[in-house]
Amino acid sequence: MHTTCPIPISDYPTVTLAHGGGGALTHQLIDKMFRAAFTNPLLDAGHDGAVFQVPEERMALTTDSYVVCPLFFPGGDIGSLAVNGTVNDLAMCGAKPLYLTLGMILEEGLPMETLWRVVQSIQYAAAEADVRIVTGDTKVVDRGKGDGVYLNTAGVGVLATEQDIGPSCIEPEDVILLSGDIGRHGIAIMAVREGLEFESEIQSDCAPVVEPVLKLLKEGIAIHSLRDLTRGGLASALVEHARAAGARLQVEEAAIPVREDVRGACEILGLDPMYVANEGRFMVVVPGDQSERALQVMRACAVSAESVRIGTVESRERPVVHLKSRIGSLRIVDMLSGEQLPRIC
Amino acid sequence: MKYLDEYRDAEGARKYAAALARITTKPWTIMEVCGGQTHAIIKYGIDTLLPEGVTLAHGPGCPVCVTPVELINKAIEIAARPNVIFCSFGDMLRVPGTERDLFAVKAQGGDVRIVYSPMDAVELAKKNPDREVVFFAVGFETTAPANAMAVFRAAQEGVKNFSILVSHVLVPPAMEAVLSSPQNRVQGFLAAGHVCTVMGYEEYPPIAARYRVPVVVTGFEPLDILQGIYMVVKQLEEGRAEVENQYARSVRKEGNRPAIDMIQRVFTIVPRKWRGVGEIPHSGLGLREEFKAFDAETRFGVADQTAEESGECISGLILQGIKKPSDCPAFGVRCTPEKPLGATMVSSEGACAAYYRYRAGS
Repeated sequence: MHTTCPIPISDYPTVTLAHGGGGALTHQLIDKMFRAAFTNPLLDAGHDGAVFQVPEERMALTTDSYVVCPLFFPGGDIGSLAVNGTVNDLAMCGAKPLYLTLGMILEEGLPMETLWRVVQSIQYAAAEADVRIVTGDTKVVDRGKGDGVYLNTAGVGVLATEQDIGPSCIEPEDVILLSGDIGRHGIAIMAVREGLEFESEIQSDCAPVVEPVLKLLKEGIAIHSLRDLTRGGLASALVEHARAAGARLQVEEAAIPVREDVRGACEILGLDPMYVANEGRFMVVVPGDQSERALQVMRACAVSAESVRIGTVESRERPVVHLKSRIGSLRIVDMLSGEQLPRIC
Repeated sequence: MKYLDEYRDAEGARKYAAALARITTKPWTIMEVCGGQTHAIIKYGIDTLLPEGVTLAHGPGCPVCVTPVELINKAIEIAARPNVIFCSFGDMLRVPGTERDLFAVKAQGGDVRIVYSPMDAVELAKKNPDREVVFFAVGFETTAPANAMAVFRAAQEGVKNFSILVSHVLVPPAMEAVLSSPQNRVQGFLAAGHVCTVMGYEEYPPIAARYRVPVVVTGFEPLDILQGIYMVVKQLEEGRAEVENQYARSVRKEGNRPAIDMIQRVFTIVPRKWRGVGEIPHSGLGLREEFKAFDAETRFGVADQTAEESGECISGLILQGIKKPSDCPAFGVRCTPEKPLGATMVSSEGACAAYYRYRAGS
């Protein structure tokens, strides 16, 4: 928990259906809890929507829904996830995030204390990512019809570059950089969900990655493509690139950082860290001659201090990802058909 | 990471591959028994490091793959019942039954849960005394001790709403079935390191002697497997057929005695049907008479059901090392992980899944 402000609503210990009914209790919840926490001129105007001036540059718009269970996990919670996830999607467009919307679907019976913790976490994450929550919506569903809290955030940002960024822009001899170690979020969630205990607690990597992206653009790095590594992990992001660009990508297994505790957990469970989820990592494809400078820029930001070069774009002949294994052999990396499942033995 | 990195070393792999090339004078076919080894071989491309003529045949050691379709059907039928919490290792949920898989049962409202240990299922049963908790006890000798312990504990603690659907199989009878097949081409074995960690390797000298095949107990990391292959080829080249232990850091000759005792306390040896292979005598484990009350087949009245395998799937031949996944006309076309014809395409230890994941389109 980042802040310890006292809960602003004390007369109702839990969320009731009336809190979503549009009447006095809804207004009390919005005014006392949400507007107080997220206050800014656009939100405080109290309209049905936020009204703002559109800049001349191109803009990016994205949306994402958050249904994580458990709501709180080591290194984050559904609130910080809902801010960082959407902010990171905007960053991947090369945009500076400006505004977020916040849709909340609350389950009847949710402790008000829990909601307050989530709201404070959203407030803190939004401040850290320098983004404002300018409009929102609250619904309450019957007990048993939700997992406590579902969140949806949409975000708009203004592009910090004129250049096109995307998998179709990658070229042979480009270099693939990774912003740090992989697999922490997925393992942190699984550890809580399944009651798995490791020697040290594995923390999610949940964080905004706006700073390194904007710095790369400011430094004039000709970013060809960006992708945050969420569900499906690094492997799926690489395969998406290969398919979209019709390119052969080659990465080095030994160059991909995975923390010892995450590796250990993956070995025990029979999971491949390449497919495990992340919430504060991205890959970036840059021209080969700019890769060293790009690495320096990324390493100067705390969130991407452990950035490394993991591979190259080899050719645009056929869409495939090759991985050079630790023993020197070459194999393909493909998407999984569904979730990774722990093996039997 | 200790105990891993030193067995995944490029320099070491090159040295073993070179040593293997030096001693190999004839073509040899070696079977790795365990599906975990098959995956390591394909994932690391170990087969591409071998001298020409040394061929690896992938064995039957994938518990998910060898579970016959009728048992999957029984699991599905039990899991679909309203008062049942059906617990399974994750791997089993995608295995196709005749009409659907356990994921489909879950989607249609069945209470199907992935657990990491059979003891979790016993705990669930204690917490839900008004519901029937069934654990799908699949696996070779590796999972048998924990499954036996779950039943033993449930009996001790009087957990009456717990039962297991037993599908346990044993490795040595499967190796004998492979060797006695008229189509057999296997000349030496990498025995499954984790099975031997539990059982030891005193069961193997009679097989090595009777069929004149070297058996080398082998681990799962790339260098383990390369060393195991080297030891088998060396025996073959020297005309020996002995049992050797490559995986000494984990396996003792006599195995893990308390684990074996627990298996024998709860289970007894029974004939078992293997998917695509048919019934093999003395090849599985069933609950002993005193623990029969925990048998889900009896409790839910599904013991007599039978079913036929899909006609097009050649997983039986693949599991016996007679064919490779790439020999199957349906591979990657009519059979994919999204739409599997057989379990070998969906299990994390299945040979078809390994070829599809690491080789398809390369």
